[in-house]
Amino acid sequence: MKAQLLAAALLWPATVLAAPDPADWEAVLDEAEGQTVYWYAWGGSTATNDFLAWLGDRVEAEYGVTLEHVKLTDTADAVTRVLSEREAGRDTDGAVDLIWINGENFVAMKQAELLFGPFATALPNYDLVVDEQIVTTDFAEPTEGFESPWAIAQFVFMYDADDAEPQADMQALLDWAEANPGRFTYPQPPDFLGTTFLKQVLTSLADDPSVLQEPMAEGQFEEVTAPLWDYLDALTPNLWRQGRAYPASGPGQFQLLSDDEIDIAPSLSPSEASTAIANFQLPDTIRTFAPEGGTIGNASFLAIPYNSGSIAGAMVVTNEILDPEVQLRAQDPDVLGYGTVLDMEALSDEEAQAFEDLDQGIATLSPAELGTALPEPHASWADAIEAEWVRRYGVTP
Amino acid sequence: MSPVLRLLPAITILAMLGPVAAGLWGTILPAFGHLPAVGLDGPSRVALDGLLDWPGLAAAVRLPVTTGLAATSISLVIVTLIVAGWSGTRVFAWFLRLLSPLLSVPHAAAAFGLAFLVAPSGLVARAASPWLTGWERPPDILVVGDPWGLTMVAGLVAKEVPFLLLMTLAALGQSAERQSLRVAGALGYGRVTGWLKAVFPRVYAQIRLPVYVVLAYSMSVVDVALILGPSTPPTLSVQIVAWMSDPDLAMRAVAAAGALLQLALVVAALGLWRLGEAAVARWGTAWAGGGGRRHLDEPVRLVGLGAASVSALSIMAGLAVLALWSVAAIWQFPDLLPDGLSARSWSRQAGALAATTGETVLIALAAAGIALALSVGCLEAEHRRGRPISTAALWLLYLPLLVPQTAFLPGLQTLLLTLGADIGRGPVIVAHLVFVLPYVFLSLGDPWRAWDPRQATVAALLGASPLRVLVAVRLPMLLRPLLTAFAVGLAVSVGQYLPSLLIGGGRVATLTTEAVALASGGDRRTIGVFAIAQTLAALLPFAAAIGLPALLWRNRRGLHG
Repeated sequence: MKAQLLAAALLWPATVLAAPDPADWEAVLDEAEGQTVYWYAWGGSTATNDFLAWLGDRVEAEYGVTLEHVKLTDTADAVTRVLSEREAGRDTDGAVDLIWINGENFVAMKQAELLFGPFATALPNYDLVVDEQIVTTDFAEPTEGFESPWAIAQFVFMYDADDAEPQADMQALLDWAEANPGRFTYPQPPDFLGTTFLKQVLTSLADDPSVLQEPMAEGQFEEVTAPLWDYLDALTPNLWRQGRAYPASGPGQFQLLSDDEIDIAPSLSPSEASTAIANFQLPDTIRTFAPEGGTIGNASFLAIPYNSGSIAGAMVVTNEILDPEVQLRAQDPDVLGYGTVLDMEALSDEEAQAFEDLDQGIATLSPAELGTALPEPHASWADAIEAEWVRRYGVTP
Repeated sequence: MSPVLRLLPAITILAMLGPVAAGLWGTILPAFGHLPAVGLDGPSRVALDGLLDWPGLAAAVRLPVTTGLAATSISLVIVTLIVAGWSGTRVFAWFLRLLSPLLSVPHAAAAFGLAFLVAPSGLVARAASPWLTGWERPPDILVVGDPWGLTMVAGLVAKEVPFLLLMTLAALGQSAERQSLRVAGALGYGRVTGWLKAVFPRVYAQIRLPVYVVLAYSMSVVDVALILGPSTPPTLSVQIVAWMSDPDLAMRAVAAAGALLQLALVVAALGLWRLGEAAVARWGTAWAGGGGRRHLDEPVRLVGLGAASVSALSIMAGLAVLALWSVAAIWQFPDLLPDGLSARSWSRQAGALAATTGETVLIALAAAGIALALSVGCLEAEHRRGRPISTAALWLLYLPLLVPQTAFLPGLQTLLLTLGADIGRGPVIVAHLVFVLPYVFLSLGDPWRAWDPRQATVAALLGASPLRVLVAVRLPMLLRPLLTAFAVGLAVSVGQYLPSLLIGGGRVATLTTEAVALASGGDRRTIGVFAIAQTLAALLPFAAAIGLPALLWRNRRGLHG
């Protein structure tokens, strides 16, 4: 009897530690209460940091989940962390519970089986999410429920209406930069936005952009990417600081626009400029334009590492961020200005009306002005482009 | 002597050098391609080839050498000239009062301040625009982040001048400065010429180690290089940290190879400096023997004062402009002042600020507290043994400051991870201790040894045990230097960037890591808030160290000294 009890006691924790099942949401909520979720997310944007703090208060009050935002300078730090924990054999209670992840890192982590899941499609609020390619693939990799979308963005350009005007396409932008040297720049790749700018140029100039959707094949790189390097060779001498220095990140460009050092800069979201204006980070003369032929669209995702010690808590946060109220706040340009991932058809009339009524802010483009969202190139292309960029422009003598 | 006390010096050396040795060990194996955790079974050239394949290598190797040597020699020249020209004068006393608090201003805050001053959109350009320059927009000039690292050198000089100056002052006491100057004066030597010929050689022999520390630090600094240094390519240290955070774990081996290269660069530069010392000594002997009485004494005095003032003012003006940005509403170029003031940035950051300040203070109190206890123990052991610290021991004390941070911290992180040790606050405190201990020990050493041992004799005669003498007589009498040493320890800990970042694994957010993380976002208001908070966290303990003894000993006039 004693031995049996002992065995039971030894076995018991194993059953408790088994991954929670999102289908049994009540159990997830029970388990989540009292958990602390370490959310590894890029910390360079004041607006995002404030939003995460607000969300933290909300899940604390409603579900007893404590949210700690670990501010990263580079999302790769979170991936490194999980990878090194697995190498060290630390398969439970890892440091990272939730990652705001980008496509490159998602592909790397999914292929290395470092992610918990599939869970995303089983979250209660997932029924409200739009069913479009932009949320079901990430860098041409099917998400398959291993990450949950929380915002949609589409590449645009910000411009200062006092000094510049919208450019029709990428060639027009190059001509404008040649006529106005030093007034355009983009964040230094491998910054996410900087790399997206390179992808935007490549996708709009490539002879056949569809090859970018497949993994890069041997010997393809040179021919396919040639138009990109021709473009950049012409553009770089006319960049801000003649391309000898670059802003470190997207928000790093705000100060340059505010100080009137530059007039045009790329942006990851059609409403980012409106949000920054509301926060005094940009002057109210900034507007947004999208070149013809469409721009790269991109969704932001959340993923849970396989060894998180607070999987239930992380799922609660992931689900809560899909709540219409939270999504509405995220889309408010005064707060964050991130496009919602919710399907307006799936919402109640009242909720849909609230989104309809939202003041989009002066610099935000309407979906019609925004044009088509082009798919992201496959991650293998992004890696190769970044490396080549560093070789060509990242080490100016 | 109790066994614990007997063991304390060994424990202290272990606390200081253990992490350095472990970190170097954790660097060497991966550097030679041996990192089983990612499937690298060395020895092989994998890591070395990865390093050699990096297109930025040439510039990244050149930069630390040129900027390090430049920052060190410029700082040394400025300090030498101001002391040679002005020591003992009223101007000098006034200058010292101005400069001493600057010692504790964290490097990151000073660097941000400088960037906000000298950037093309910074305060200097605003002050001269548009009436003088005609600039309605900031000019397209590469100042912050210039490819030669000049701005970075300026930032380092501004921070190292106060450090070397205080080290020089400590050395002056043992250099018979007054007497030498009087003799030289009587022989007709000008003040500066006389000082350089008669006093400098003796002073330099004593500040040699601090100068080496400045050189090693300037070559491997990460936060200042991130804020002020070039980015196409960055310095080797910055790139090592970037490799450490690459999602491809095999890049850690490349980072390790880079760390070894960094170590080799610092050793080579120290060797080069040593050769330079010999050359200067040779030339200086001939110069002194030449018997020239005056060499541009007056102009050199003024240049020294001017250069030292510019370096001090740049930090103070930088802090002022940081403070201004933290409360600025709209502030456009070329307006010299913001349109209005607003507490918005502070109230927005209040939550994050409170949490980060708490973490910073906790780590600093722990590290400085342990360092103070160990230092007191070592000094007491030294006192009871009756043997002063040897030169070898002094080198040991400086060793953790001479090994570049980027050479051993990445290895320490990898080692901790492969051991499966939990990364977090505890290991961060241990890593901080490596840098806090030497400064606390050096700060406390001189006043401790200067204490009159006859007090102990009297107390012992009255029947007090050695422990009671320590607790009831010596420590209370040395309250002021103890508090100062503690404040030094706190300031050093508050300013640490790399140990918190690498050993904390991104999970330990201090004011310094937050401020530097904000650099990429470029939001001047938020940077201002964190940089000012960081500065206050380092400065306030000094104010307390000055104020507390006066308050506690208000009825003990003899202890007010």
